[in-house]
Amino acid sequence: MTGGQHFRRIVILWLISSIILTPLVVFVLAPGMPPGNGSVEASGQVTDNTVLLGLATPVALAVLVYFAYACWAFRERDTDAVLDGPAIRGNATVQTWWLVVTTVIVLFLAVFGSVELLKDGAGGGQGPNPIATPAAAKANPPLQVQVIAQQWQFTYRWPGYGGVETQHLELPANTTVEMHVTSLDVIHSFWAYQLGVKADANPGEDNIAYVTTKGPLTFNIHCAELCGVWHGYMFDTGYVVAKPQFASWIATQRVKYAPATKNLVPYSKTYFPDPQRRGG
Amino acid sequence: MSSYGRRLAGITIATAIVCVAIGLYIGLYLTNVPGSSAATPGPAGVTNLYLGTVPAAETTDPHPDWVSYYVVNRTSTNWQHDTTFVLPANSLVHVTIYQFDGDSGLRNEFLSQATGTVGGGFLLNGKPTLAINPDDASHVFAIPQIGLSVPLEGVPDSAKNPCSNAPCPLSMDHETITFTFRTPGKGLYRWQCFVPCAAGFIQGFGGPMQTVGYMDGFIKVV
Repeated sequence: MTGGQHFRRIVILWLISSIILTPLVVFVLAPGMPPGNGSVEASGQVTDNTVLLGLATPVALAVLVYFAYACWAFRERDTDAVLDGPAIRGNATVQTWWLVVTTVIVLFLAVFGSVELLKDGAGGGQGPNPIATPAAAKANPPLQVQVIAQQWQFTYRWPGYGGVETQHLELPANTTVEMHVTSLDVIHSFWAYQLGVKADANPGEDNIAYVTTKGPLTFNIHCAELCGVWHGYMFDTGYVVAKPQFASWIATQRVKYAPATKNLVPYSKTYFPDPQRRGG
Repeated sequence: MSSYGRRLAGITIATAIVCVAIGLYIGLYLTNVPGSSAATPGPAGVTNLYLGTVPAAETTDPHPDWVSYYVVNRTSTNWQHDTTFVLPANSLVHVTIYQFDGDSGLRNEFLSQATGTVGGGFLLNGKPTLAINPDDASHVFAIPQIGLSVPLEGVPDSAKNPCSNAPCPLSMDHETITFTFRTPGKGLYRWQCFVPCAAGFIQGFGGPMQTVGYMDGFIKVV
């Protein structure tokens, strides 16, 4: 059998497996990809993961089909005489196609990723001057909440509600939220998994991330940056609740934490806590 | 035995020794945990836990200049360097902390208010208190997983009879903080201090703040 015949066989096998498996991956496996559909940004990430997986499937199949075919077709049948195969020569056609296909895939992914990121920030921290503000945040002022990280817990401050600080995070449903993530000590990372939000918490930095909530949801909050001995315990549970329930909750928090609120420094995008008398 | 055989045997023995040494090191590291102390059962199902906080551990401690918590008795005459407290599940625990250390100040003033206690506050030298001046905080006793956080006011700089190293008798200057909280279900929960109280470390957050057995530990709920 000639090399051309082998090549045709491989292409046919690859086409058949791709035609069968790619739709299965895209329509059956991908919808269950993380982080789920807890927010607009999380859904966007699922879409992005679906596109990436849809593209990666034929590429992976090309490698696997070629590998399996080579193992079967080019195996040494005469085990008494193991001989080296013919030397590999350059093939301009194959090389050209290889360059064209990989270049197109990589360029497409670069453009697709950039467009998706610039659309709404994709739930990531954008620093103090975001360039990917969601359209909803431009139309109406978003709800602002400051995420304050310290060794080893997150607390949340609400500039629109008298600057009260809370131990836990609740958000109203169907609302665009502007999260200002900062730290009081070392580098942390605020990761609200089901919301699809992940933003570094750096001391002295105001890292802004946007999220647009959907319906009621319980979400997990973790620190995603190794930050000391209790890093593994730096987690919390957050909730997305109906708007009236949120209004009731935040009103309760303002009363509950009134003594602490009196002691808080004025709301600021960043904090440089003092005193540090014990520090070296 | 040929030279190749001797070399092979030597490498094998050396490798085995290194593997055993690594295994021993890991095993000792994993099993070398600070001791634990059981709280004292009290009447009406309330458990008593007495703690002491000092500017520096005992002079015989491996880190005699590190700030630390201790388990003490009611009269502060018996000090145990344990930071794992064994408590009964789903029950009330009455905590008394004899606080002998000076103030350091909070990095987050939010923690100047007590949360998670029965009644929402605590007693500071017998006086009902909800929050203290953040600059006067010496330590915090917090179990974040159950939302418990109580600020501990520091001994004033003007104290005439301050204690330096543990153990500290009640005759020396101190603050007494008492509060009650309800334990969760069975499990291991961490507690920590939130005041940057580690003298000599960057931002006061090194050494005893990063080492279980000083300003951090567990409550073992059984």
